[in-house]
Amino acid sequence: MQMDNTGKIEVMIQCSHVEKTFFTRMTSTPVIRDLDLKVRKNEFVVLFGPGQCGKTTVLNVMAGLETATSGTVTVNGKEVSTPGPDRGFVYQTTALFPWYTVMQNVEYGPRARGMSKKERREKAQYYIDLVGLQGFEDKFPNQLSGGMQQRVGIARAYCNEPSVLFMDEPFGHLDAQTRYLMQEEIIRIWEKEKRTVVFVTNNIEEAVYLADRVVVLTNCPTSVKKEYQIDLPRPRNYTDDRFLELRTEIQSIVDKTL
Amino acid sequence: MEKNSDLKFKVISCCSVIGFIAVWYLCTDILQLTTDITLPGPVKVLHTFIDKFTNKSPDGGTLLQHMWSSLRVALSGYAMGIIIGVPLGILMAWYRPVDLLARPVFDFVKAIPGLAWAPLLIILLGIGFMSKAVTIFVAALTPCVLNAYAGVKQTREVHMWVARTFGATRRQMLFKVAIPTALPHIMTGIRVALGSAWMSIVAAELIASSSGLGYMIQQCRGIYRPDVIIVGMLMIGFIGSVLTWIIGIIERAVVKGQTHDA
Repeated sequence: MQMDNTGKIEVMIQCSHVEKTFFTRMTSTPVIRDLDLKVRKNEFVVLFGPGQCGKTTVLNVMAGLETATSGTVTVNGKEVSTPGPDRGFVYQTTALFPWYTVMQNVEYGPRARGMSKKERREKAQYYIDLVGLQGFEDKFPNQLSGGMQQRVGIARAYCNEPSVLFMDEPFGHLDAQTRYLMQEEIIRIWEKEKRTVVFVTNNIEEAVYLADRVVVLTNCPTSVKKEYQIDLPRPRNYTDDRFLELRTEIQSIVDKTL
Repeated sequence: MEKNSDLKFKVISCCSVIGFIAVWYLCTDILQLTTDITLPGPVKVLHTFIDKFTNKSPDGGTLLQHMWSSLRVALSGYAMGIIIGVPLGILMAWYRPVDLLARPVFDFVKAIPGLAWAPLLIILLGIGFMSKAVTIFVAALTPCVLNAYAGVKQTREVHMWVARTFGATRRQMLFKVAIPTALPHIMTGIRVALGSAWMSIVAAELIASSSGLGYMIQQCRGIYRPDVIIVGMLMIGFIGSVLTWIIGIIERAVVKGQTHDA
């Protein structure tokens, strides 16, 4: 557990009584109801819940892409109202810019902030190497496989050096084999470059494999149902007894939906 | 394998051109189904073509003079259409007030073919460069606006989110996200506009002009010179193809990493 030098636990993200309701002219749909969540610095938290339960909305509110109807979200002590460069985002679908090369995509954040070319190139190269894409700098996204595209997405989020990384089912569209590989990779990258990560998935195996802590969400309107500290050492084994035990336990409490 | 089918394709293409000329030759020079003043054969047309480079008769200009006249007008009007049309389309798609303001007028104007403007413009600007250039401008404008508009509207929400999470300004989102997204469409618009510009120039010259390829073939209709008409038609087709080819090269150079849509 990460502590600051006074020995206190450093809280990176704090959600207090967050509510989110979507309004249309005729209807109102509550999506988040009284959600409380704390994420420690450099913790890998996985939000796990049934499909369509509002996991993505929780992430969007934390990232500032959507504003909470009531309640507060603070990241690093500052209240979140708009998106900002201190919060990186890796998306569900590959959200790379198709008109940019791998290099140009990765250096996008530093460039938007006006960093000099030499400096941002160096930084981008470091993260391209980190995600294992050296040699692909000048390729365009449509020349890469799905797994490689998500590596670029991860490098791009990292390159802006955010204090928090949000990942919204980043491996949801990959085939099973690539998905396992990317799960190993994201842990390797994270262990090398520790960040606070909030990762959304609807895949229980992925949740237990990745997380320091799995936060199980209820069905829509969503709030925290139960939390599990995953104490397994890394690298984890999908067929380990304790792994399967946790998996079964978490699976048993998840709300069933159609 | 790839090379093989490429070669096959070229051979077949050549055959179709040669076949067409052969049928033409057969019907005219060999079977004598027509005469030189109704439909001349390919040999006669080739002679006229070579002759027309230096000979000003019967229409008062050499082939190159007519070509230059048509190209100058077409490219001026076309360039104006792009310079005004593309930014207009982008602004309409990006800023709602511009859309609301320009849309009703534009929707109405786009229903009028460029050529229908010609008679009015001739009265307004007289027979000459300006009336034709403005006709071409109107013809080129519509596809440029429509495609740029549609292109910017294609901007994916997730790309806007990415830009926002990276702290991009609204202006950066327009120039670094929306316009790159729209680029393939903008290029499509520019390509389509070229087609309508080049077609309109010839038609405009048929109606009212004192030079140009359209003028040349129109003059030769009156004096029964189908050989010159055919030379004119072939040049119109040839120049149109070359311009389209050039735009294609520019398109491939500019549009990167995105699939072209036809």
